[in-house]
Amino acid sequence: MTVWREAVGTPAARVEGPAKVTGRAGYTYDRPVTDPAYAFPVQATIARGRVASIDSAAAAGVEGVLAVVTHRDAARLADTGDAELAVLQSDEVGFRGQFVGVVVAETPQAARYAAGLVRVEYEQRPHDTELRADRPGLYAPEQVNGGFVSDTDEGDVDAAMEAAAVTVDRAYTTPMEFNSPMEPHVSVAVWDPGERAPGGGFAEGARLTLFDSTQGPHVVRSTLAQVFGLPPERVRVISPYVGGGFGSKGMPHAHNVLAALAAWAVPGRPVKLALTRQQMFALAGHRTPTIQRVRLGAGADGRLTAVAHEVVEHTSAIKEFAEQTAVGARMMYAAPNRRTSHRLAALDVPVPSWMRAPGEAPGFFALEVAMDELAQACGLDPIELRARNDPEVDPESGRPWSGRHLVRCLREGAARFGWAERTAPGTRLVGRELVGLGVAASTYPYYRLPGSRAVVEYEGGGRYTVRIGAADIGTGAWTALTQIAADALGCRLRAVRVEIGDSDLPAATVAGGSSGTTSWGSAVVAACRAFRHVYGEQPPAGAEAGADMPDDPDAERFAMHSFGAQFAEVRVDADTGEVRVPRMLGVFSVGRVVNPRTARSQFIGGMTMGLSMALHERGVLDHRTGHVINHDLAEYHIATHADVVDVDAVWLDEEDVHAGPLGARGIGEIGIVGAAAAIANAVHNATGVRVRDLPITPDVLLR
Amino acid sequence: MIPFEYLRAGDPAEAVAAVAGRPGAAFLGGGTNLVDHMKLGVAGPDLLVDVSRLPLDRVEETAGGLRIGAAVRNSDLAAHPLVRERYPVLARALLSGASGQLRNVATTAGNLLQRTRCPYFQDVTTPCNKRVPGSGCSAAGGYTRYHAILGASEHCVATHPSDMAVAMVALDAVVAVLGPGGARTLPLAELYRLPGDAPQRDTVLEHGDLIIAVELPHLPFARRSAYRKVRDRASFSFALVSVAAALDLDGGLVRDVRLALGGVAHKPWRATRAEAELRGGPATEDAFRRAAEAELAAARPLPGNAFKVAMTRNAVVATLRALAEEGR
Repeated sequence: MTVWREAVGTPAARVEGPAKVTGRAGYTYDRPVTDPAYAFPVQATIARGRVASIDSAAAAGVEGVLAVVTHRDAARLADTGDAELAVLQSDEVGFRGQFVGVVVAETPQAARYAAGLVRVEYEQRPHDTELRADRPGLYAPEQVNGGFVSDTDEGDVDAAMEAAAVTVDRAYTTPMEFNSPMEPHVSVAVWDPGERAPGGGFAEGARLTLFDSTQGPHVVRSTLAQVFGLPPERVRVISPYVGGGFGSKGMPHAHNVLAALAAWAVPGRPVKLALTRQQMFALAGHRTPTIQRVRLGAGADGRLTAVAHEVVEHTSAIKEFAEQTAVGARMMYAAPNRRTSHRLAALDVPVPSWMRAPGEAPGFFALEVAMDELAQACGLDPIELRARNDPEVDPESGRPWSGRHLVRCLREGAARFGWAERTAPGTRLVGRELVGLGVAASTYPYYRLPGSRAVVEYEGGGRYTVRIGAADIGTGAWTALTQIAADALGCRLRAVRVEIGDSDLPAATVAGGSSGTTSWGSAVVAACRAFRHVYGEQPPAGAEAGADMPDDPDAERFAMHSFGAQFAEVRVDADTGEVRVPRMLGVFSVGRVVNPRTARSQFIGGMTMGLSMALHERGVLDHRTGHVINHDLAEYHIATHADVVDVDAVWLDEEDVHAGPLGARGIGEIGIVGAAAAIANAVHNATGVRVRDLPITPDVLLR
Repeated sequence: MIPFEYLRAGDPAEAVAAVAGRPGAAFLGGGTNLVDHMKLGVAGPDLLVDVSRLPLDRVEETAGGLRIGAAVRNSDLAAHPLVRERYPVLARALLSGASGQLRNVATTAGNLLQRTRCPYFQDVTTPCNKRVPGSGCSAAGGYTRYHAILGASEHCVATHPSDMAVAMVALDAVVAVLGPGGARTLPLAELYRLPGDAPQRDTVLEHGDLIIAVELPHLPFARRSAYRKVRDRASFSFALVSVAAALDLDGGLVRDVRLALGGVAHKPWRATRAEAELRGGPATEDAFRRAAEAELAAARPLPGNAFKVAMTRNAVVATLRALAEEGR
């Protein structure tokens, strides 16, 4: 049996840290390739319609321009079923900023300049980008992200609301938000053309190598292989270092296809494409805006009788992505009558996608502010209210929890944070600042995704190499997998070298759903055990063994979720309404923590993103043009260092014996969940003003 | 790429001659705004005349005042002992702007002449009268959170983004200009224009005019001065509204006052009406509020920025209140 104590659980420094801080870590765009050319996109300036004509003569005449590719001459893709990825395959325009062409040139500057000279005439059609709860055409998706059903209805919510002693019935909104990782979306495409097929199609023998900033080399490979009609083994995706993703690099996006099409147009030349920050606002996914109605019914003692969470959100008319915003409300609190639903408006907007904790992040803003409102209405402490509604078993499935320690997190946090100092709303004035404390609960499901495989090789000299096509997007996965392998093999940390970030390595699932360490880690453990089973403690050099991630029978028998308690102190300027957050504390229950150093970074990073969501982030869609008008980091505000003062995270010392061999449930996303609600609740405690729409900007609190 | 020439001027006269002689030429200071505009396609000069290394990087004491060279970096100016001592409003305004990295590069004249951050101005795919005269104003009916409530026109509702300039306008700064026709000075408050029907012109400067210095007059009571910037995040964001103020008290009365507003107009807005209201009156919160309201009587907020009226009023009151308390 594996002993988790030598490496797992220790704050090992990042294995790739020295390479990163000394600049030796090669990020995608900096990849040396022979004789590269550079691509710059041409983007649609209308939100809906068709391209009527394109004049690329001026662009083609720019010195250094190698090709101008548009829908008229781009190579035909084999599979255009995914409209987001059907790049340059037709004259249709489905959102503003969509690719309508690409210029390839000897330098990035020439490509960018020439792209600005491409004249595109459009046949414009009326577009519709505005999300409203009362708009016609809202529909229920067949399922929402994560494979959940769109709607649930248990008991009789309406009757329970009618009968309830205390009710809350409010609408909450969150805006369009953008992942905005530091490293933009980058692809470098290299074709080995094989025999060119007649008509310019992708020949049987063609081979594509893509250096790509991605959260999942294997998913990019399998997706692009299908799009280009190539067998997967003829596509290779390499991505060792990734400068952040937050979900936006979890699925291939249009730029991947564009880079490959651009490179196909200039035979023999690798092509580099890096989206600009502005382009990322239309092309790298975003979080849908949400309009959420939450209804809570309770007895005078605060015990819930009804929970209803009904969500209206958008998707792109060209491709459905349904954020699972209300799913968390299905399991969070004990209430016999529960209803959840998702309604989508298919709008002429860019394609939404994953953004850290899709579903839970916006959903728990609404649910947890509503719980604060209920506590206020019942005259109960918000922690006590949550304790009274902590369900014995999962209300949705009826299964026992693998470990639900929400109340412990809340009480532990209350003691550490000085919750007892909280006063009545609007009563604590320090100088010219109103001070308040707020709390919110957090949760995130345990996902262990099938499809990962790891291989262990003994290199001789006491050194092992572990191979798995996983991705470390800054999370610390590289280090965690090294620790897991070291303990699973029973060797020193430095005896293990982990190779990731390449689709030529064994299959691995995407770095998403906070599932990386658990999924890949389980495969690594299985491979290490298989290795020792075959070769024992004295393997010959070159010995190799591999294993797939084992099944997870407990996941069918238990309800498995992480939990957390988010605390925030806010200070609101009584004159200007400016909100500052001097303190945040998160207390989390996540099963075993593999690496306290990188885990802490994940928690406080998530909380910081939650602070940013609470106070700053708002994509402004100009409905006249369908354009995200504040599409850079000067105008789309993300919390700065000056906004982030003291963010701390602690966790319960535990393992989840049902959560695979590691006993770990995943930590990448729970930090953002509930953070915005805790701040909004603290703002209420400080000012007496209940803010139900994010972000909480100074004008909202101005008196 | 877009070709342009680059010339490092040896002295101010050479710089002026080089720009004046070429319609497409532009002065290059720290480049923190112009270079962005060149990348975005907002500006396309065919000649950049680099004035950042001219010997205009000194802060000199004058009769009770200061003469600030045009190439003095924002960081250096903010940290200058005489600025901190005599004009704390200016030091604080500078430090509330941009980021440390940008302030290390940005120059005094460049800060004065930076252009609006109206997102439509910065996006060449949208109409903008300031960028392309006659093309229309996209902000009208659009995103106006950072736009003007005072002095705007139907052609342009943009605001001037500088913090430093607001403090300097409050301090009655004078700019020294070298142009093709020779040297002249003009009050900073008169450098800037309201948009009217020519929003493409931010200032009264003519092509080839080079700001070589900013002079701050002797103003002893500016030692009690403050800059208050209200913004959507704690750093690296432009003012929703800002207030530069200096207060001279005589017991409980206002002997003299300087007041300017940022984030509310096409130019740093000297609040002369409020100043007149305050002079000789009581230094009380009520009086401060009445003065702010008098200034804001002319405010014409847009859908999307009506909050700025109350926010400006409150910021004025808070700033004057703090200065008055400091003086007690």
